[in-house]
Amino acid sequence: MIAIPYLTLLTTYFSYGLLFVFGHIRDLFRNITGWFSSNNLQGYAPICLGQEDFYLRRLYFRIQDCFARPISSAPGAWFDVIERYSNDNNKTLKRTTKISRCLNLGSYSYLGFSASDEYCTPRVVESLKKYSPSTCSSRVDGGTTVLHNQLEEYVANFVGKPAAIVFGMGFVTNSAIIPALIGKGGLIISDSLNHSSIINGARGSGATVRVFQHNSPSHLEEVLREQIADGQPRTHRPWKKIIVIVEGIYSMEGELCKLPEIITICKKYKAYAYLDEAHSIGAVGKTGRGVCELLGVEPADVDIMMGTFTKSFGSCGGYIAGSKELIQYLKYTCPAHLYATSMSPPAAEQIISAIKVLLGEDGTSRGAKKLAQIRENSNFFRSELLKMGFEVLGDYDSPIMPIMLYNPAKIPAFSRECLKQNVAVVMVSFPATPLLLARVRICISASHTKEDLVKALEVISQVGDLVGIKYFPAEPGNQQQEEKMLKLD
Amino acid sequence: MFEASLNPQIEISSAMASAVLKIVNTTLDWVTFALDAPSARAVVFGVHIDGHLFVEVLLLVVILFLLSQKSYKPPKRPLTKKEIDELCDQWVPEPLIPPLTEEMQSEPPVLESAARPHTVVNSKEVVNFASANYLGLIGHEKLLASCTTALEKYGVGSCGPRGFYGTIDVHLDCEARIAKFLGTPDSILYSYGLSTMFSAIPAFAKRGDIIVVDEGVHWGIQNGLHLSRSTIVYFKHNDMESLRNTLEKVTAENERAKKLRRYIVVEAVYQNSGQIAPLDEIIRLKEEYRFRVLLDESNSFGVLGSSGRGLTEYYGVPIEKIDIVTAAMGHALATEGGFCTGSARVIDHQRLSSSGYVFSASLPPYLASAAITAIDVLEENPVLLKKLKENITLLWKGLSDIPGLSIASNVESPIVFLKLEKSTGSVKNDLILLEDIADRVLKEDNILVVASKRSTLDKCCLAVGIRLFVSAAHSESDLRKASASLKRVVALVLRS
Repeated sequence: MIAIPYLTLLTTYFSYGLLFVFGHIRDLFRNITGWFSSNNLQGYAPICLGQEDFYLRRLYFRIQDCFARPISSAPGAWFDVIERYSNDNNKTLKRTTKISRCLNLGSYSYLGFSASDEYCTPRVVESLKKYSPSTCSSRVDGGTTVLHNQLEEYVANFVGKPAAIVFGMGFVTNSAIIPALIGKGGLIISDSLNHSSIINGARGSGATVRVFQHNSPSHLEEVLREQIADGQPRTHRPWKKIIVIVEGIYSMEGELCKLPEIITICKKYKAYAYLDEAHSIGAVGKTGRGVCELLGVEPADVDIMMGTFTKSFGSCGGYIAGSKELIQYLKYTCPAHLYATSMSPPAAEQIISAIKVLLGEDGTSRGAKKLAQIRENSNFFRSELLKMGFEVLGDYDSPIMPIMLYNPAKIPAFSRECLKQNVAVVMVSFPATPLLLARVRICISASHTKEDLVKALEVISQVGDLVGIKYFPAEPGNQQQEEKMLKLD
Repeated sequence: MFEASLNPQIEISSAMASAVLKIVNTTLDWVTFALDAPSARAVVFGVHIDGHLFVEVLLLVVILFLLSQKSYKPPKRPLTKKEIDELCDQWVPEPLIPPLTEEMQSEPPVLESAARPHTVVNSKEVVNFASANYLGLIGHEKLLASCTTALEKYGVGSCGPRGFYGTIDVHLDCEARIAKFLGTPDSILYSYGLSTMFSAIPAFAKRGDIIVVDEGVHWGIQNGLHLSRSTIVYFKHNDMESLRNTLEKVTAENERAKKLRRYIVVEAVYQNSGQIAPLDEIIRLKEEYRFRVLLDESNSFGVLGSSGRGLTEYYGVPIEKIDIVTAAMGHALATEGGFCTGSARVIDHQRLSSSGYVFSASLPPYLASAAITAIDVLEENPVLLKKLKENITLLWKGLSDIPGLSIASNVESPIVFLKLEKSTGSVKNDLILLEDIADRVLKEDNILVVASKRSTLDKCCLAVGIRLFVSAAHSESDLRKASASLKRVVALVLRS
């Protein structure tokens, strides 16, 4: 749990309060002037009801230039950010042709496959010429090519399961698989900080959803015991089945999931475990096989393993790995497999090549070097940030580092100051995180060199001093670092 | 002597009795005196207060006291740890998946080359009617050239959602191009065709809003409606009378309807039946009853209309009358992804509140540049549209006289949908028959056609059938071969 310093809490509430008051005053004026002007929507209710876009109009537009920055090159370690300007107080932003070369600390490219790669790109271009960018049909109709079958085999082998099925988009994978596995009369227990795609899938399935405290196996056990003893709501009949959904690395906290304990509890109470490794596959573990390898859990103990290819493999799409019967059943019922266009063949080729590089099958040791590099980079960066006195969340070995800001005014300040010094960072605030807990999220990649990281640290330290977010005193020693890690848990 | 012993006892008891009697009499006298005291004889509001009134008041107080006591509830006994342990041990979950049946084991055909009209399956060359490659753009050199440049410049994936450095200049160019082509103010790109509708609908409809939708829409729309938690009312497939009645009923039932958002959701060319929605009629109804229209143009963009702009051009309706238009690009444009277009307010709202846009990685840049090139090719070569229309007419003529199958789709739809004239009664058996036909056509005549599959989660109850996707790149001989082969195989299968 994050403990906010008292003074910061007060100032944050004050800032938000001020913003809301000003926003409402402006809304009042807008309603008055709008009442006079003619409305050609007679008889129709407005398409966006009053308070829904209050946040958009009054808070988000002020800092809109910190988000959705367009780039004009590949998202590698350094990229070109297009400059934008605004004539109407940030409501609309126009592109210019000027670009600035910035250090990329925001893209999800953990292993550095995002830009043109010497092994992968020629193969991808070849497969593009052979299979063209799309098959224009669903997997069951005429969209299964040799590449798709090959990819499924490779993924299953890589993850350590008997079989796998791939889809063209990671979000749809969760939203379309969970309804196929569980329906009314079933129970889904999901972590409180799960991703929006899991929430979508859980809602779409019609099953009852209960939430357990983030990463707390003891609370999970409590919830399980209570629910099994109680049964279905109102009828108290026993549940048909129970699925527990957790993620490998939580993208807003950078924390690893407490997988061994959770799997033990699931086995004890006969619940099925669903692991979403969107951020952890390829990025953690000695050979890149994800949290199971890192934490020493047998892949056979997790019933359903899901992951995406967007982050570590530099492509697009998602997969589900499980037993042969499970995959056969999903191929028969899952709507995303039956109706949606199949994955683009060049993207499939990219993943196959990336897996080959990771396993060393391309004849070089680039894969092993990348895996070692990302581990080293993340740990180095994290320890340096902690030494400087920032409040950094997450565990060692995870390549995601959120630095807490809290105050809404610090969000645009930090972002713009960093951009002036040619470092591009990502700001996360409401609605992706709770309102008071805004943060900067750093994503480290294997393609960052030591000089890049040192420069980034310099800039962040400078801007951190300017903006005032070094909530902890700067400490030089190693021992005190351990103490701080305990405090953050 | 006997009398002498008894006598004193009787005397004592009689003395005691008389003493008790005397005490009782004195008490009674006192009580009567107290009750008959002058204060008790007061007259309040013209009512004589007599002594017995006090007794009655006392009784009333006792009754009220008893009534005010809470009723008896047996004490709550929560389950003990041991009992919970027992329940947990006894509980047996269902298996994760039901046991596999035979039809679940079927494997789809595997392509060994691009999904062009002539493709290779199992090392044999077949004629491909299973890809929605309406304009024949798969394998077009311009498309491949622009994709190759994009791949070498940007790599494959975009490695981030649109809000976090996943916006690449090709995305912005693509959105501007689509908006220019259709004549709308702005458009927004999604990274997957299926997720377009099921992200757009929940952004504009919440609990309490009313949505009137055709019963034959595809699963993406059904899922979006379910996620929006609004009130859903279905009308009969492509039946305007039924739509009018439904709108009438809905407006009459809800007096608060003025404050709610009301939508009609239709597809331009229905994927499940190949029918075309009569847009002019729908616009008339929409304006009469004041509903907003959401139109899914996946199978009509690049197909209908004299320049391929879709259903609005086909019916001559200005596109501003449709509030939200969505389309998947995996059909005529031979790329992947989807887009949504409409007024500036509609598009801006989706950029922050549409979950498939905000929480998902953006479209790979090479696919966005493929979309731009595809629209350029379409604008420069309107002859492709003419060829497609000719092919559709030819195929329709060839397939319209097959005994046992009837065409369920519109005469101008690029999806030719054949359904059984006499259904066997259950969807499962129909599917077995149709898949048998499709298998034989592939094995014996080297023509790839597919039977439409239905997911267990799909609520659509239209008939299943065989779907043929016509492309502008099919030659006349391809179409003739297909008609001849289907005639032969259907006669064979239905006879047995």
